[in-house]
This record gives sequence, C-alpha cells and structure tokens, in this order.
Amino acid sequence: MAVQAESKQSSHAGDHSKLDPKDHLLLDPKPRGEMNAMVMEAMQTTHWRFWVAVAVLGGIVAYCLVYMWIYMIQEGLGVAGVNRPVYWGVFLVNTVFWIGISHAGTFVSALLRVFKAEYRRPFTRAAELMTSFGLIQAGISILMHMGRVWRFYWMVPYPNERMLWPNFRSPLMWDLLAITTYLLASTMYLFLPLIPDLAMARDRSTGWRKKLYRVLALGFRGTEKEWSHLHHALNIFAFAILPVMFSVHTIVSWDFAVATRPGWNSTIFGPYFVIGALHSGIAAVSMVLIVVRATMKNMKYFIRKEHFNALGVLMLIVSMGWAYFFFNDFMVQWYGGDKWTHFLLHWHEAGPIGWMWFLMLIFNIAVPWLTLWNKKWRSSPLVLFVVGLLINVGMYFERYIIVPVSLGINRNPFSWGEYKPGVEIYLTIGTFALFILLYMIASKLIPLVPVWEVQEGQLAHSVRKIGKAELPAVTDLE
Amino acid sequence: MDKKIPEFKANFAEEEQGKWGLVVDQDLCTGCNACVVACSMENNVSFVGEDDAAYGRAMHWIRIERLWEGEYPEVKKTPYQPTMCQQCGDAPCEPVCPVFAAVHSEAQDLNAQVYNRCVGTRYCANNCPYQVRVFNWRDWERPTPLENQLNPDVTVRQRGVMEKCTFCIQRIRKAEDTAKSENREFQDGDMQTACQQACPANAIIFGRLDDPESQVSKMSKQDRGTELLPELGISPRVTYLEVRK
Repeated sequence: MAVQAESKQSSHAGDHSKLDPKDHLLLDPKPRGEMNAMVMEAMQTTHWRFWVAVAVLGGIVAYCLVYMWIYMIQEGLGVAGVNRPVYWGVFLVNTVFWIGISHAGTFVSALLRVFKAEYRRPFTRAAELMTSFGLIQAGISILMHMGRVWRFYWMVPYPNERMLWPNFRSPLMWDLLAITTYLLASTMYLFLPLIPDLAMARDRSTGWRKKLYRVLALGFRGTEKEWSHLHHALNIFAFAILPVMFSVHTIVSWDFAVATRPGWNSTIFGPYFVIGALHSGIAAVSMVLIVVRATMKNMKYFIRKEHFNALGVLMLIVSMGWAYFFFNDFMVQWYGGDKWTHFLLHWHEAGPIGWMWFLMLIFNIAVPWLTLWNKKWRSSPLVLFVVGLLINVGMYFERYIIVPVSLGINRNPFSWGEYKPGVEIYLTIGTFALFILLYMIASKLIPLVPVWEVQEGQLAHSVRKIGKAELPAVTDLE
Repeated sequence: MDKKIPEFKANFAEEEQGKWGLVVDQDLCTGCNACVVACSMENNVSFVGEDDAAYGRAMHWIRIERLWEGEYPEVKKTPYQPTMCQQCGDAPCEPVCPVFAAVHSEAQDLNAQVYNRCVGTRYCANNCPYQVRVFNWRDWERPTPLENQLNPDVTVRQRGVMEKCTFCIQRIRKAEDTAKSENREFQDGDMQTACQQACPANAIIFGRLDDPESQVSKMSKQDRGTELLPELGISPRVTYLEVRK
C-alpha cells in the first residue's frame, strides 16, 4: 500500500521534525486483517475478572434497583426523602445528570463528525453507547420519581374512549417527547455506523455470534452502493441529531426555568444546562475510554495519548464555557435584588449545604483550569481520569443544588425546609450499576471500535515531506 | 362532539372577580386550629403520624401560619394566617400538569384537582407559590373504627396522588342543587365551608364574589383586605383582612 510505505519511510526520517507517526493512530496503520482480528479478540476474550464484575454489578442491580424500586412502589414515595417543600429530589437530579452524560456521546460523535475532527474516529462508538445507555437511566429515573408509576402511560398520547389527552402545554410533556425522540434517534445513529463492523464480525465468527451478527448486519456486503448509502445516511443523521441533542437538554432546563420559583425562573437556563451536560458528558467519555483502554485487549493501539490530549482540550474549553454561563446566571439573579432570590442565593452559599456549592466551583472550574492547561498532564490517563471524576462529582453537585437545595426556599417562608435522601441512595447506586453493566455487556457483543472508520482514516492520512518539514496530510476520500 | 373540552386555564381577565371567594379576618383569628381539624374530617384528609409530620409531610389542606412583626422583645403583632389553596384565577399549578389532573373548573371557576387522573409528578406543588398542595407520600393507615367517619361525598386518595383545598366543592354542589330544586339562585348562607363552620371566632367567610351584595364581596373590598403575593398577578380568590392597628 502506498500510504503505508510512505508513512514507514517517514518514520525513519531525520530528527529535525517533532512529528512522530507512532504517536498518531491514523499515521500508524496496520493491515486491515490484523486490525479486524484485534477488535474481534478484544470483543471475544473475557478475563475472569470481567465475570466477577458482572456478577457484582448484577447483584447490585437486583438489590438496589429492582428490589428497592418494587419496595418503593409498594410503600409509596414516603420511603424516599421528598417532602414539602422539596417535592423533587435525587430522582430528578439523576435524570438531569444522566441526560447530561448522554449528551457527550452525540456531541463527540456527531459534532466532531460534522466538523471532520479526525481524532474522533476510534472512540465515536464508545461515546454513542453512553448516549443510549445514559438515556435509559434517565428514563428509569423519571419513572422512579412518579407517584403512581403504574399510570405512566397516561402521559402518552394514545386514543381512548374518554377522549383524554395529555397536556401538551406542560413542560413534562415536552420532556417525554424530547427524550423519546432523542433515545430513538441516538439508537439509530449508534446502529448505522455499526453495520459494516457487524458485517466484519459476522464474517469472522462462528456459532451463536455468527447468527446474531447475521441478523444485525442486515446483509451488508460492502458494495460500492451500500457504502454510498451508508455515508449519505450518516451525514444526514449527524446533522439532524445535533439540534435534537441541543433541544433535549434545553427542554429539561425548561422544567425548571418556566416555573414561578426564585432561582429557577432564569432565561439563561437553556444554554447553561446544555454546556453543563457537555461538561459532565465529555468528562464521562474520557473516564470510560480510560477504563476501556486499561481493561480490554488491544485497546492501547486504538486509544492513545493524542486522544486524551484532544479530550482534555475539549474539557478545558467546555469548563470555561460553563464558568461563563454560571457567572451570567448568578450575576443577573444577584443583581436583580429580588427578595426571594436573595434568600435563595444566601441559602446556596451559607446554608447547611454551602460546602457543596464551593466544592462545585472547585471541581468544575478550578480543577480543570489548573490541570488541563498542561499538555503532559492532560495526556496522562490517570490525571484525566481523576479530573473527569471530579468534574462529574461537581456537576452532580450542581444539579443537586438546582433541584432539592433550591426547592427548600420559596415564596412562603413558613414552609421552608430541608431534604434528606432516603431510598434514593440505593436507587442511584442501582442506576450507576445498571449503566456500567449494560456497557460491559455491550463491549462483549459489539465491536467497541469502529474499525472501518479507523481504516478509512488511516487510508486518508499520510505524512508528506514538504521541503525539510514532514507534515501530516489528509486526502478527502468522499 | 360539540361538547367543549375544558381548557387548561380559564379564560382569564384582569381584575376579574371570580365566582367563589373566601375572606379570612386575621384580626379575629385566634390560631385555634379548629378549621384544620374540621377540614380534615370533611375531606377525608389522612393523618400521617408524628415522624412524617415532623419531616414536612403533614397533609392538612389548611395550615395556620403564625407570623411575627418586629424582633423579640419588641414584638408588635403576632397575626395568624390560615393558608389554604387560594383558588387562583390564573393558577401556576394548572398549565404544568402533564395529564390535566390540575385543571380549571369552568363551571365553578375553581382549581379542580382530579385525584384519579393524577400520576404524581408533583410539578404543580413545586409551582405553587403558596405551597398549599399536599401529596400522599404513603397509604396512611386508618385504624378501625376510624374508617366509619369517612365522608361518603369525597374520594379517598391513594398513595402517589396530589390533593389540596377544594373550597368544599361537594358542599357547593349540594347547595347549588338544593337552590336549583327550589327554583332560586344560590344565596348567602346556603352553605358554609367546613373551616368556616368550625371557626369559633367567625374569622372565615365564604360566599359568592360575583354577587356584590354577598358578605364576602363586601368584606373583601375593605381597606384592610390584601392578597397573598399580589406581585405575581395570579389573582387569588382569598382575601386576608389585616390585623387592626
């Protein structure tokens, strides 16, 4: 292959250039057969530790999620910590948190695809999986939150003899529609680029796997026409899903912003929530990638320091964006001088949960700004993992402050109160366990790296010598 | 279907009087809580027990707020403020309900709460600036023989359902039906709400706001009359008469 020969030559070139092709996945190609085999091996080999983790997570899901939820349905929401005035508690925090996590998948995949950011290629699928699985947790959390969950279908517009329809003017109704749309669209968007890889897996597996992949691959053979259709569909989807992604979290923010409550009734909540979702989401993508790289076979080839570096830069930029929107929201509310908002802001900072407010600012702003500016640090998986974890804790705190802490203060001082989570703690652990469990199972069922995208990228990339400098060059295949 | 499907909000007009109204004279209220008890008896409101009540889950549809003016020891006044659903003309609780459980009754111009339709999202309660909605956090126990005192005119609510003061709508309907069968209009004194009936100081007056001759219309136009949170412009139907100087 011409591309390979060229890049091999360049790796032996002189020292005057800093560019080392071995640092870049797309400049360090492997033969296609070998790469396919690597991905198949990563998918098919399971360490005993994997099964132990699955068993532990399965136990947690069975106890914390299934058993505790059934208990809560039987007893009523009294076993949770919600009360008057804090009618919404951790369940809604979890909903906002998981929708936030789900944002990164689409952002990393669709936005970077639209802008042709080449470093996205090896990890788009890992990110897209987070979208679908995160949305499942968000949906479950909303159902947990409902007082009579066995009547949840009353929120769905279905024809009935009493001519009763849901109230399309309620933000909760918009939520239902937005989340369903996003779940369907992101699952389709996950599936489309998966088809060639499923076909690859079908041709290289036996037994039940072959049967499964034969059904899932939809008879993909890799003809010119099929590729053209696939690229066409992917292009449409990547553009179409972006507005869906932005609208989902904006609509979630409207649940709060349209309410007549101090602290919630803020016009900037839409973009503030979107940037917050990206903040926690990109951090979560980095964490998942680091875990995948450390635990799965052959992943160190696909996910490299350059990817952590790129994600680190994204995290830093998004952190600055979040700080900007936070300041805007805080500043305008504080300057407005409304009596109730004044009480609320004071409650945030100096109330019993004040420590959370300061930790939120430290984790969301100070930690990323102080660490991610350094290329060496942000390229290190360990540092990026810790920073990502802290950002996610900080963003969880942010949602906790917006929902139960803010609900403690309202326009009726006689009913001010505090909130202590009860059974919510178990159910929260349950959603986290279910997310990890689904992800682990998926990592063994579908190729976690979009092989064809990596191969396409490697075909297009090469190092060209221009004068004495060696520069990476991209040929546009499309 | 030529029948009109109820709107999520009444056709709201500025300064509109509304149909039913309540006047609470804070000068007369002694804070004795008789209205709270009477309301609970009339409307089958559950008792939640000490622990849940202390945690903010008491289910009274009306609560006596004890307020202070001035700092101790220079306390000027300690008015009591019985707070129940203000039956707003432009209620914030109504548009946010996804299933039309919180809905405006066009016939009575009241905020209806359809218990059997409620799925328990609790958005209405968050959006209520007076915080007068109460939620059934559990299926509260009613040990025998207490079930015998249940009012047959009022639904018993299940866990996971929101509820609130209805201005004793079952009594309103009964009084209106009686008036109709006697071929006359509803007049003052045809009915009393449970809280009004129980009030030993006559601090609670209920009646028709759209009848200028009714006691409640006259009293609500007094100089002492104020609404709660008038700045929100949601036109509550309850008028509070301030404590005299």
